[in-house]
Amino acid sequence: MNLISFSEAPKVKRDRNRIQKIGFAGLRLITVVTILPILGIVAYIVAKGIPALSWEFLSAMPRDGMRAGGILPAIVGTLYLMIGTAAVSIPLGMAAGIYLAEYAPDNWWTRLIRIAIISLAGVPSVVYGLFGLGLFVLFFQFGISILSAALTLSIMTLPVIISTTEEALRSVPYKFRVVGVSLGGTQWQTIRKVILPQALPGIMTGIILGLERAVGETAPILFTGATFFLPHLPSSPLDATMALPYHIYVISTQIPGMPITIQYGTVLVLLAIVLVMDIIASVIRSRARAKRQW
Amino acid sequence: MSGVKISIRDLHLRYKDGKHPLRVINLDILTNKINVAFGPSGGGKSSLIRVLNRLIDLSDVEELSGEVLLDGKNILDADVDVIELRRRVGVVFSRPIPLPMTIAENISFGMEVAGEKDKKKIARQVEHALRQAVLWDEIYDRLDDPAYSLSGGQQQRLCLARVLALEPEVVLLDEPTSALDPVSTTKIEEFLEKAKEEYTFFLAPHNQQQAARVSDFAAFFLQGEMVEYGVGEELFFNPKKKETADYIQGRYG
Repeated sequence: MNLISFSEAPKVKRDRNRIQKIGFAGLRLITVVTILPILGIVAYIVAKGIPALSWEFLSAMPRDGMRAGGILPAIVGTLYLMIGTAAVSIPLGMAAGIYLAEYAPDNWWTRLIRIAIISLAGVPSVVYGLFGLGLFVLFFQFGISILSAALTLSIMTLPVIISTTEEALRSVPYKFRVVGVSLGGTQWQTIRKVILPQALPGIMTGIILGLERAVGETAPILFTGATFFLPHLPSSPLDATMALPYHIYVISTQIPGMPITIQYGTVLVLLAIVLVMDIIASVIRSRARAKRQW
Repeated sequence: MSGVKISIRDLHLRYKDGKHPLRVINLDILTNKINVAFGPSGGGKSSLIRVLNRLIDLSDVEELSGEVLLDGKNILDADVDVIELRRRVGVVFSRPIPLPMTIAENISFGMEVAGEKDKKKIARQVEHALRQAVLWDEIYDRLDDPAYSLSGGQQQRLCLARVLALEPEVVLLDEPTSALDPVSTTKIEEFLEKAKEEYTFFLAPHNQQQAARVSDFAAFFLQGEMVEYGVGEELFFNPKKKETADYIQGRYG
Protein backbone atom coordinates (compact mmCIF):
# COMPACT_ATOMS: atom_id res chain seq x y z
CA MET A 1 0.00 0.00 0.00
CA ASN A 2 2.66 2.37 1.00
CA LEU A 3 4.66 1.71 -2.09
CA ILE A 4 1.72 2.33 -4.38
CA SER A 5 0.71 5.58 -2.78
CA PHE A 6 4.29 6.75 -2.77
CA SER A 7 4.74 6.08 -6.45
CA GLU A 8 1.42 7.63 -7.40
CA ALA A 9 1.63 10.70 -5.32
CA PRO A 10 4.06 12.66 -7.51
CA LYS A 11 1.94 12.13 -10.62
CA VAL A 12 -1.18 13.49 -8.98
CA LYS A 13 0.86 16.35 -7.66
CA ARG A 14 2.24 17.19 -11.07
CA ASP A 15 -1.26 17.32 -12.58
CA ARG A 16 -2.52 19.50 -9.81
CA ASN A 17 0.43 21.78 -10.18
CA ARG A 18 -0.20 22.16 -13.86
CA ILE A 19 -3.87 23.00 -13.31
CA GLN A 20 -2.89 25.50 -10.69
CA LYS A 21 -0.35 27.13 -12.99
CA ILE A 22 -2.90 27.45 -15.78
CA GLY A 23 -5.41 28.88 -13.33
CA PHE A 24 -2.99 31.47 -12.05
CA ALA A 25 -1.94 32.43 -15.55
CA GLY A 26 -5.59 32.96 -16.43
CA LEU A 27 -6.18 35.15 -13.40
CA ARG A 28 -3.08 37.16 -14.17
CA LEU A 29 -4.28 37.69 -17.75
CA ILE A 30 -7.68 38.89 -16.57
CA THR A 31 -6.04 41.30 -14.16
CA VAL A 32 -3.90 42.75 -16.92
CA VAL A 33 -6.92 43.06 -19.20
CA THR A 34 -8.76 44.98 -16.49
CA ILE A 35 -5.90 47.34 -15.78
CA LEU A 36 -4.95 48.06 -19.39
CA PRO A 37 -7.86 50.37 -20.25
CA ILE A 38 -7.23 52.41 -17.10
CA LEU A 39 -3.56 52.75 -17.87
CA GLY A 40 -4.46 53.57 -21.45
CA ILE A 41 -6.80 56.35 -20.46
CA VAL A 42 -4.31 57.86 -18.03
CA ALA A 43 -1.45 57.64 -20.53
CA TYR A 44 -3.57 59.20 -23.28
CA ILE A 45 -4.67 62.10 -21.09
CA VAL A 46 -1.15 62.68 -19.84
CA ALA A 47 0.25 62.68 -23.37
CA LYS A 48 -2.41 65.02 -24.70
CA GLY A 49 -2.58 67.26 -21.66
CA ILE A 50 1.07 67.86 -20.88
CA PRO A 51 1.60 70.36 -23.72
CA ALA A 52 -1.02 72.60 -22.13
CA LEU A 53 0.65 72.63 -18.74
CA SER A 54 2.64 75.69 -17.84
CA TRP A 55 2.91 77.98 -14.88
CA GLU A 56 0.55 80.36 -16.59
CA PHE A 57 -2.02 77.62 -17.17
CA LEU A 58 -2.09 76.84 -13.44
CA SER A 59 -1.85 80.38 -12.11
CA ALA A 60 -3.67 82.71 -14.51
CA MET A 61 -7.27 83.65 -15.13
CA PRO A 62 -8.88 82.50 -18.40
CA ARG A 63 -8.76 84.91 -21.31
CA ASP A 64 -10.47 85.25 -24.71
CA GLY A 65 -13.69 83.59 -23.60
CA MET A 66 -11.65 80.88 -21.86
CA ARG A 67 -9.93 79.92 -25.10
CA ALA A 68 -6.60 81.04 -23.69
CA GLY A 69 -4.94 81.82 -20.38
CA GLY A 70 -5.16 79.61 -17.31
CA ILE A 71 -7.64 77.74 -15.19
CA LEU A 72 -6.73 79.17 -11.78
CA PRO A 73 -10.31 79.95 -10.68
CA ALA A 74 -11.41 76.40 -11.40
CA ILE A 75 -8.51 74.92 -9.44
CA VAL A 76 -9.04 77.28 -6.51
CA GLY A 77 -12.78 76.65 -6.59
CA THR A 78 -12.27 72.91 -6.48
CA LEU A 79 -9.91 73.29 -3.52
CA TYR A 80 -12.44 75.49 -1.70
CA LEU A 81 -15.16 72.94 -2.33
CA MET A 82 -12.90 70.16 -1.04
CA ILE A 83 -12.03 72.09 2.12
CA GLY A 84 -15.68 72.99 2.74
CA THR A 85 -16.81 69.42 2.18
CA ALA A 86 -14.08 68.10 4.47
CA ALA A 87 -14.95 70.57 7.22
CA VAL A 88 -18.56 69.44 7.28
CA SER A 89 -18.41 65.76 6.42
CA ILE A 90 -15.38 64.62 8.43
CA PRO A 91 -16.62 65.57 11.91
CA LEU A 92 -20.21 64.54 11.22
CA GLY A 93 -19.24 61.31 9.47
CA MET A 94 -16.74 60.26 12.12
CA ALA A 95 -19.16 61.05 14.92
CA ALA A 96 -21.89 59.01 13.28
CA GLY A 97 -19.49 56.15 12.54
CA ILE A 98 -18.24 56.09 16.13
CA TYR A 99 -21.80 56.11 17.42
CA LEU A 100 -22.86 53.26 15.16
CA ALA A 101 -19.80 51.11 15.85
CA GLU A 102 -19.39 51.68 19.57
CA TYR A 103 -22.55 52.94 21.20
CA ALA A 104 -25.61 52.12 19.12
CA PRO A 105 -27.57 49.10 20.36
CA ASP A 106 -28.44 46.52 17.74
CA ASN A 107 -32.15 47.06 17.18
CA TRP A 108 -34.54 47.82 14.33
CA TRP A 109 -33.85 51.55 14.57
CA THR A 110 -30.07 51.30 14.10
CA ARG A 111 -30.55 48.67 11.42
CA LEU A 112 -32.79 51.15 9.62
CA ILE A 113 -30.10 53.82 9.92
CA ARG A 114 -27.53 51.45 8.41
CA ILE A 115 -29.82 50.56 5.51
CA ALA A 116 -30.44 54.27 4.94
CA ILE A 117 -26.71 54.95 4.83
CA ILE A 118 -26.06 52.15 2.37
CA SER A 119 -28.93 53.36 0.17
CA LEU A 120 -27.65 56.93 0.32
CA ALA A 121 -24.33 55.76 -1.08
CA GLY A 122 -26.18 54.48 -4.13
CA VAL A 123 -28.22 57.58 -4.88
CA PRO A 124 -27.34 59.11 -8.27
CA SER A 125 -25.33 62.28 -7.86
CA VAL A 126 -27.75 64.42 -9.84
CA VAL A 127 -30.37 63.66 -7.21
CA TYR A 128 -28.06 65.08 -4.57
CA GLY A 129 -27.70 68.13 -6.78
CA LEU A 130 -31.43 68.69 -6.96
CA PHE A 131 -31.78 68.05 -3.24
CA GLY A 132 -29.08 70.62 -2.52
CA LEU A 133 -30.82 73.08 -4.81
CA GLY A 134 -34.07 72.64 -2.92
CA LEU A 135 -32.67 72.64 0.59
CA PHE A 136 -29.58 74.83 0.66
CA VAL A 137 -29.97 77.16 -2.32
CA LEU A 138 -33.69 77.86 -2.05
CA PHE A 139 -34.98 76.90 1.39
CA PHE A 140 -32.02 78.13 3.45
CA GLN A 141 -31.36 80.83 0.87
CA PHE A 142 -27.63 80.24 0.71
CA GLY A 143 -27.96 80.86 -3.02
CA ILE A 144 -25.74 79.38 -5.70
CA SER A 145 -22.63 79.38 -3.55
CA ILE A 146 -19.60 77.50 -2.33
CA LEU A 147 -21.50 76.94 0.92
CA SER A 148 -24.47 75.29 -0.81
CA ALA A 149 -22.23 73.20 -3.03
CA ALA A 150 -19.98 72.08 -0.18
CA LEU A 151 -22.99 71.11 1.93
CA THR A 152 -24.44 69.15 -0.97
CA LEU A 153 -21.13 67.38 -1.57
CA SER A 154 -20.92 66.70 2.17
CA ILE A 155 -24.23 64.88 2.16
CA MET A 156 -22.96 62.82 -0.75
CA THR A 157 -19.68 62.07 1.03
CA LEU A 158 -21.16 61.31 4.45
CA PRO A 159 -22.26 57.72 3.75
CA VAL A 160 -18.72 56.81 2.63
CA ILE A 161 -17.12 58.35 5.72
CA ILE A 162 -19.69 56.91 8.10
CA SER A 163 -19.40 53.38 6.82
CA THR A 164 -15.60 53.34 6.57
CA THR A 165 -15.34 54.79 10.08
CA GLU A 166 -17.68 52.13 11.40
CA GLU A 167 -15.86 49.41 9.49
CA ALA A 168 -12.42 50.56 10.67
CA LEU A 169 -13.54 50.67 14.30
CA ARG A 170 -15.09 47.23 14.10
CA SER A 171 -11.86 45.78 12.76
CA VAL A 172 -10.09 46.68 16.03
CA PRO A 173 -10.35 43.58 18.25
CA TYR A 174 -12.99 43.69 20.97
CA LYS A 175 -10.49 42.55 23.62
CA PHE A 176 -8.81 45.98 23.66
CA ARG A 177 -12.12 47.54 24.73
CA VAL A 178 -12.43 45.05 27.59
CA VAL A 179 -8.87 45.77 28.71
CA GLY A 180 -9.34 49.54 28.52
CA VAL A 181 -12.47 49.37 30.64
CA SER A 182 -10.90 46.88 33.07
CA LEU A 183 -8.14 49.38 33.77
CA GLY A 184 -10.65 51.95 34.90
CA GLY A 185 -11.16 53.75 31.62
CA THR A 186 -14.59 54.96 30.63
CA GLN A 187 -15.93 53.69 27.34
CA TRP A 188 -15.11 57.01 25.66
CA GLN A 189 -11.58 57.17 27.10
CA THR A 190 -10.96 53.66 25.82
CA ILE A 191 -12.26 54.54 22.37
CA ARG A 192 -10.28 57.76 22.18
CA LYS A 193 -6.97 56.49 23.52
CA VAL A 194 -6.92 52.89 22.32
CA ILE A 195 -9.46 52.10 19.63
CA LEU A 196 -9.55 55.28 17.55
CA PRO A 197 -5.77 55.52 16.99
CA GLN A 198 -5.82 51.97 15.64
CA ALA A 199 -8.76 52.71 13.36
CA LEU A 200 -7.50 56.11 12.19
CA PRO A 201 -5.57 54.96 9.10
CA GLY A 202 -8.64 53.12 7.84
CA ILE A 203 -10.83 56.11 8.58
CA MET A 204 -8.46 58.48 6.80
CA THR A 205 -8.40 56.25 3.76
CA GLY A 206 -12.19 56.40 3.69
CA ILE A 207 -12.18 60.16 4.11
CA ILE A 208 -9.75 60.65 1.24
CA LEU A 209 -11.65 58.34 -1.09
CA GLY A 210 -14.91 60.08 -0.20
CA LEU A 211 -13.48 63.57 -0.76
CA GLU A 212 -11.88 62.44 -3.97
CA ARG A 213 -15.23 61.37 -5.32
CA ALA A 214 -16.77 64.65 -4.22
CA VAL A 215 -14.04 66.64 -5.95
CA GLY A 216 -14.65 64.90 -9.24
CA GLU A 217 -18.43 65.25 -9.28
CA THR A 218 -20.24 67.64 -11.59
CA ALA A 219 -23.93 67.01 -11.02
CA PRO A 220 -24.15 67.95 -7.31
CA ILE A 221 -22.51 71.33 -7.87
CA LEU A 222 -24.25 72.04 -11.15
CA PHE A 223 -27.31 73.61 -9.51
CA THR A 224 -25.79 74.54 -6.18
CA GLY A 225 -22.50 76.37 -6.60
CA ALA A 226 -20.78 76.08 -9.94
CA THR A 227 -20.68 78.92 -12.34
CA PHE A 228 -19.78 79.15 -16.01
CA PHE A 229 -17.23 81.91 -15.65
CA LEU A 230 -16.03 84.18 -12.91
CA PRO A 231 -13.78 87.14 -13.67
CA HIS A 232 -12.26 87.02 -10.17
CA LEU A 233 -11.62 84.43 -7.47
CA PRO A 234 -14.49 83.82 -5.06
CA SER A 235 -14.08 85.98 -1.98
CA SER A 236 -16.67 84.54 0.39
CA PRO A 237 -18.41 81.19 0.99
CA LEU A 238 -21.56 82.77 -0.38
CA ASP A 239 -19.96 83.41 -3.77
CA ALA A 240 -20.51 81.04 -6.63
CA THR A 241 -17.34 79.44 -7.91
CA MET A 242 -15.80 77.77 -10.91
CA ALA A 243 -14.75 74.17 -10.39
CA LEU A 244 -12.71 71.73 -12.44
CA PRO A 245 -15.34 69.08 -13.28
CA TYR A 246 -17.93 71.62 -14.33
CA HIS A 247 -15.30 73.64 -16.16
CA ILE A 248 -14.36 70.54 -18.15
CA TYR A 249 -17.98 70.12 -19.11
CA VAL A 250 -18.21 73.76 -20.13
CA ILE A 251 -15.08 73.90 -22.26
CA SER A 252 -15.85 70.55 -23.88
CA THR A 253 -19.39 71.33 -24.96
CA GLN A 254 -20.29 74.96 -24.61
CA ILE A 255 -17.55 76.95 -26.28
CA PRO A 256 -17.02 76.86 -30.04
CA GLY A 257 -13.42 76.99 -31.19
CA MET A 258 -12.02 75.74 -27.89
CA PRO A 259 -8.38 74.62 -28.26
CA ILE A 260 -8.24 70.91 -27.52
CA THR A 261 -5.00 71.13 -25.53
CA ILE A 262 -6.73 73.28 -22.91
CA GLN A 263 -9.44 70.65 -22.56
CA TYR A 264 -6.92 67.87 -22.06
CA GLY A 265 -4.80 70.02 -19.78
CA THR A 266 -7.79 70.71 -17.53
CA VAL A 267 -8.70 67.03 -17.39
CA LEU A 268 -5.09 66.24 -16.55
CA VAL A 269 -5.10 68.67 -13.63
CA LEU A 270 -8.24 67.13 -12.16
CA LEU A 271 -6.89 63.64 -12.72
CA ALA A 272 -3.62 64.61 -11.03
CA ILE A 273 -5.45 65.91 -7.95
CA VAL A 274 -7.41 62.68 -7.67
CA LEU A 275 -4.36 60.48 -8.25
CA VAL A 276 -2.31 62.33 -5.66
CA MET A 277 -5.09 61.78 -3.14
CA ASP A 278 -5.16 58.09 -4.09
CA ILE A 279 -1.45 57.79 -3.52
CA ILE A 280 -1.70 59.48 -0.14
CA ALA A 281 -4.46 57.07 0.82
CA SER A 282 -2.46 54.01 -0.12
CA VAL A 283 0.67 55.27 1.61
CA ILE A 284 -1.33 55.77 4.81
CA ARG A 285 -2.80 52.31 4.47
CA SER A 286 0.44 50.48 3.85
CA ARG A 287 2.29 52.35 6.61
CA ALA A 288 -0.44 51.47 9.08
CA ARG A 289 -0.38 47.85 8.00
CA ALA A 290 3.37 47.68 8.54
CA LYS A 291 3.01 49.16 12.02
CA ARG A 292 0.04 47.10 13.14
CA GLN A 293 0.93 44.64 15.86
CA TRP A 294 -2.19 42.61 16.50
CA MET B 1 -7.37 34.79 61.43
CA SER B 2 -7.50 37.01 58.45
CA GLY B 3 -10.24 39.49 57.57
CA VAL B 4 -12.78 39.09 54.80
CA LYS B 5 -12.14 41.33 51.80
CA ILE B 6 -14.98 40.22 49.57
CA SER B 7 -17.99 38.35 50.77
CA ILE B 8 -20.12 36.71 48.09
CA ARG B 9 -23.68 35.89 49.14
CA ASP B 10 -26.16 33.80 47.09
CA LEU B 11 -24.68 35.00 43.84
CA HIS B 12 -26.62 33.89 40.82
CA LEU B 13 -25.89 34.70 37.18
CA ARG B 14 -27.64 33.77 33.97
CA TYR B 15 -26.82 35.15 30.52
CA LYS B 16 -29.36 36.10 27.87
CA ASP B 17 -28.16 33.25 25.65
CA GLY B 18 -29.29 30.78 28.31
CA LYS B 19 -25.89 29.99 29.80
CA HIS B 20 -26.11 29.70 33.54
CA PRO B 21 -22.57 29.86 34.91
CA LEU B 22 -23.32 30.75 38.55
CA ARG B 23 -26.16 29.01 40.37
CA VAL B 24 -25.70 29.75 44.05
CA ILE B 25 -22.29 30.94 45.14
CA ASN B 26 -21.40 31.70 48.74
CA LEU B 27 -17.77 32.44 49.32
CA ASP B 28 -15.47 34.64 51.36
CA ILE B 29 -12.30 36.03 49.79
CA LEU B 30 -9.79 36.69 52.55
CA THR B 31 -7.61 39.74 52.86
CA ASN B 32 -3.92 39.37 51.97
CA LYS B 33 -4.29 35.73 50.96
CA ILE B 34 -4.07 33.84 47.73
CA ASN B 35 -7.65 32.71 47.30
CA VAL B 36 -8.02 30.04 44.66
CA ALA B 37 -11.12 28.87 42.81
CA PHE B 38 -10.48 25.63 40.95
CA GLY B 39 -12.50 23.05 39.12
CA PRO B 40 -13.33 21.91 35.60
CA SER B 41 -13.88 24.54 32.95
CA GLY B 42 -17.42 25.78 32.76
CA GLY B 43 -17.61 25.75 36.54
CA GLY B 44 -18.18 29.50 36.77
CA LYS B 45 -14.73 30.77 37.78
CA SER B 46 -14.31 33.16 34.88
CA SER B 47 -17.85 34.45 35.20
CA LEU B 48 -17.32 35.08 38.89
CA ILE B 49 -14.18 37.05 38.11
CA ARG B 50 -16.12 39.13 35.60
CA VAL B 51 -18.71 39.89 38.27
CA LEU B 52 -16.15 40.91 40.90
CA ASN B 53 -15.06 44.02 38.98
CA ARG B 54 -18.30 44.45 37.07
CA LEU B 55 -16.79 43.67 33.68
CA ILE B 56 -19.95 41.60 33.49
CA ASP B 57 -21.64 44.91 32.61
CA LEU B 58 -20.26 44.44 29.10
CA SER B 59 -22.14 41.15 28.64
CA ASP B 60 -25.78 40.45 27.93
CA VAL B 61 -26.98 39.42 31.36
CA GLU B 62 -30.46 38.02 31.91
CA GLU B 63 -30.30 37.74 35.67
CA LEU B 64 -27.73 38.74 38.26
CA SER B 65 -28.77 38.50 41.90
CA GLY B 66 -27.23 38.12 45.32
CA GLU B 67 -24.61 40.27 46.99
CA VAL B 68 -20.91 40.89 46.53
CA LEU B 69 -19.71 42.83 49.56
CA LEU B 70 -16.37 44.56 49.08
CA ASP B 71 -15.36 45.82 52.52
CA GLY B 72 -19.02 45.49 53.42
CA LYS B 73 -20.39 47.48 50.49
CA ASN B 74 -22.42 45.67 47.83
CA ILE B 75 -20.72 46.31 44.49
CA LEU B 76 -23.80 45.17 42.57
CA ASP B 77 -25.77 48.15 43.85
CA ALA B 78 -26.85 50.61 41.20
CA ASP B 79 -25.10 53.55 42.88
CA VAL B 80 -21.64 51.96 42.78
CA ASP B 81 -19.01 53.88 40.83
CA VAL B 82 -17.82 51.05 38.56
CA ILE B 83 -14.83 53.01 37.29
CA GLU B 84 -13.58 53.45 40.84
CA LEU B 85 -14.40 49.79 41.54
CA ARG B 86 -12.30 48.61 38.62
CA ARG B 87 -9.35 50.57 39.91
CA ARG B 88 -9.70 48.89 43.29
CA VAL B 89 -10.26 45.44 41.81
CA GLY B 90 -7.89 44.77 38.91
CA VAL B 91 -7.90 41.79 36.58
CA VAL B 92 -5.31 39.82 34.62
CA PHE B 93 -6.76 37.76 31.79
CA SER B 94 -5.81 34.27 30.68
CA ARG B 95 -4.02 35.48 27.59
CA PRO B 96 -1.73 38.47 27.59
CA ILE B 97 -3.53 41.37 25.93
CA PRO B 98 -1.14 44.32 25.76
CA LEU B 99 -2.73 47.46 24.37
CA PRO B 100 -1.32 48.47 20.97
CA MET B 101 1.04 51.08 22.40
CA THR B 102 4.46 51.20 23.99
CA ILE B 103 5.41 49.31 27.13
CA ALA B 104 5.37 52.47 29.25
CA GLU B 105 2.06 53.65 27.78
CA ASN B 106 0.46 50.33 28.62
CA ILE B 107 1.20 50.95 32.26
CA SER B 108 0.46 54.65 32.34
CA PHE B 109 -2.88 54.21 30.55
CA GLY B 110 -4.77 53.38 33.74
CA MET B 111 -3.24 56.31 35.62
CA GLU B 112 -3.89 58.74 32.79
CA VAL B 113 -7.56 57.84 32.42
CA ALA B 114 -7.79 58.28 36.19
CA GLY B 115 -6.68 61.88 35.66
CA GLU B 116 -3.06 61.64 36.81
CA LYS B 117 -1.08 64.38 35.05
CA ASP B 118 2.18 64.40 37.00
CA LYS B 119 4.65 62.88 34.54
CA LYS B 120 7.27 62.21 37.22
CA LYS B 121 4.81 60.41 39.40
CA ILE B 122 3.66 58.32 36.44
CA ALA B 123 7.26 57.44 35.57
CA ARG B 124 7.97 56.42 39.16
CA GLN B 125 4.85 54.32 39.28
CA VAL B 126 5.71 52.64 35.95
CA GLU B 127 9.07 51.60 37.32
CA HIS B 128 7.63 50.45 40.63
CA ALA B 129 4.95 48.36 38.94
CA LEU B 130 7.44 46.79 36.54
CA ARG B 131 9.74 45.91 39.43
CA GLN B 132 6.89 44.34 41.35
CA ALA B 133 5.90 42.26 38.34
CA VAL B 134 9.52 41.05 38.00
CA LEU B 135 9.90 42.62 34.58
CA TRP B 136 11.94 45.78 35.13
CA ASP B 137 15.39 44.21 34.83
CA GLU B 138 14.54 42.69 31.47
CA ILE B 139 13.10 45.76 29.79
CA TYR B 140 14.15 48.92 31.65
CA ASP B 141 16.08 50.16 28.60
CA ARG B 142 13.26 49.79 26.09
CA LEU B 143 10.19 51.22 27.76
CA ASP B 144 9.27 53.04 24.57
CA ASP B 145 9.25 49.91 22.43
CA PRO B 146 5.90 48.53 21.32
CA ALA B 147 4.43 46.21 23.92
CA TYR B 148 4.03 43.54 21.26
CA SER B 149 7.80 43.30 20.88
CA LEU B 150 7.89 41.46 24.22
CA SER B 151 7.72 37.68 24.54
CA GLY B 152 4.46 36.10 25.67
CA GLY B 153 5.66 35.66 29.24
CA GLN B 154 6.89 39.23 29.40
CA GLN B 155 3.63 40.48 27.94
CA GLN B 156 1.67 38.77 30.69
CA ARG B 157 3.88 40.29 33.38
CA LEU B 158 3.34 43.65 31.66
CA CYS B 159 -0.40 43.07 31.96
CA LEU B 160 0.12 42.33 35.63
CA ALA B 161 2.26 45.44 36.06
CA ARG B 162 -0.33 47.76 34.55
CA VAL B 163 -2.89 46.46 37.02
CA LEU B 164 -0.48 46.94 39.94
CA ALA B 165 0.27 50.49 38.82
CA LEU B 166 -3.26 51.43 39.86
CA GLU B 167 -2.49 50.24 43.40
CA PRO B 168 -5.53 47.99 43.55
CA GLU B 169 -6.68 46.28 46.72
CA VAL B 170 -7.74 43.09 44.99
CA VAL B 171 -6.16 41.45 41.94
CA LEU B 172 -8.21 38.89 40.04
CA LEU B 173 -6.25 36.44 37.93
CA ASP B 174 -8.14 34.32 35.41
CA GLU B 175 -5.79 31.45 34.52
CA PRO B 176 -2.99 33.96 34.09
CA THR B 177 -0.37 31.40 33.15
CA SER B 178 -2.35 29.27 30.73
CA ALA B 179 -0.46 30.67 27.74
CA LEU B 180 2.93 30.80 29.42
CA ASP B 181 6.08 28.69 29.58
CA PRO B 182 7.18 27.17 32.91
CA VAL B 183 9.77 29.85 33.64
CA SER B 184 7.30 32.70 33.23
CA THR B 185 4.74 30.72 35.21
CA THR B 186 7.19 30.39 38.09
CA LYS B 187 7.89 34.11 38.01
CA ILE B 188 4.22 34.91 38.34
CA GLU B 189 3.72 32.41 41.14
CA GLU B 190 6.71 33.82 43.00
CA PHE B 191 5.24 37.26 42.60
CA LEU B 192 1.97 36.11 44.15
CA GLU B 193 3.72 34.69 47.20
CA LYS B 194 5.77 37.82 47.70
CA ALA B 195 3.06 40.38 47.04
CA LYS B 196 0.20 38.95 49.04
CA GLU B 197 1.12 41.12 52.00
CA GLU B 198 0.06 44.08 49.91
CA TYR B 199 -2.83 42.69 47.90
CA THR B 200 -5.69 40.27 48.07
CA PHE B 201 -5.49 37.73 45.26
CA PHE B 202 -8.29 35.76 43.71
CA LEU B 203 -6.91 33.21 41.28
CA ALA B 204 -8.49 30.77 38.89
CA PRO B 205 -5.45 28.54 38.47
CA HIS B 206 -4.25 27.11 35.24
CA ASN B 207 -4.26 23.60 36.66
CA GLN B 208 -4.59 21.70 39.92
CA GLN B 209 -0.87 21.59 40.57
CA GLN B 210 -0.78 25.34 40.48
CA ALA B 211 -3.79 25.49 42.77
CA ALA B 212 -2.05 23.23 45.27
CA ARG B 213 1.24 25.14 45.02
CA VAL B 214 0.03 28.64 45.64
CA SER B 215 -3.32 28.57 47.41
CA ASP B 216 -3.84 29.72 50.98
CA PHE B 217 -7.53 29.06 50.71
CA ALA B 218 -9.24 27.12 47.99
CA ALA B 219 -12.76 26.66 46.73
CA PHE B 220 -13.87 23.88 44.42
CA PHE B 221 -16.30 25.03 41.73
CA LEU B 222 -18.46 22.61 39.84
CA GLN B 223 -21.19 23.56 37.40
CA GLY B 224 -21.95 26.92 38.90
CA GLU B 225 -21.83 25.86 42.53
CA MET B 226 -19.17 26.11 45.18
CA VAL B 227 -18.89 22.54 46.36
CA GLU B 228 -16.24 22.73 49.01
CA TYR B 229 -14.05 25.33 50.61
CA GLY B 230 -11.08 25.06 52.87
CA VAL B 231 -7.47 25.76 53.69
CA GLY B 232 -5.47 25.05 50.53
CA GLU B 233 -3.45 22.01 51.50
CA GLU B 234 -6.22 20.36 53.48
CA LEU B 235 -8.64 20.64 50.64
CA PHE B 236 -6.22 19.03 48.22
CA PHE B 237 -4.99 16.25 50.46
CA ASN B 238 -8.13 15.68 52.44
CA PRO B 239 -11.25 16.63 50.50
CA LYS B 240 -14.47 15.99 52.38
CA LYS B 241 -16.90 15.91 49.50
CA LYS B 242 -16.96 13.09 46.99
CA GLU B 243 -17.08 15.45 43.95
CA THR B 244 -13.97 17.25 45.12
CA ALA B 245 -12.12 14.02 45.69
CA ASP B 246 -13.19 12.71 42.30
CA TYR B 247 -11.92 15.84 40.57
CA ILE B 248 -8.63 15.92 42.42
CA GLN B 249 -8.04 12.29 41.56
CA GLY B 250 -8.72 13.09 37.95
CA ARG B 251 -12.13 11.61 37.45
CA TYR B 252 -13.57 14.62 35.60
CA GLY B 253 -12.14 16.26 32.56
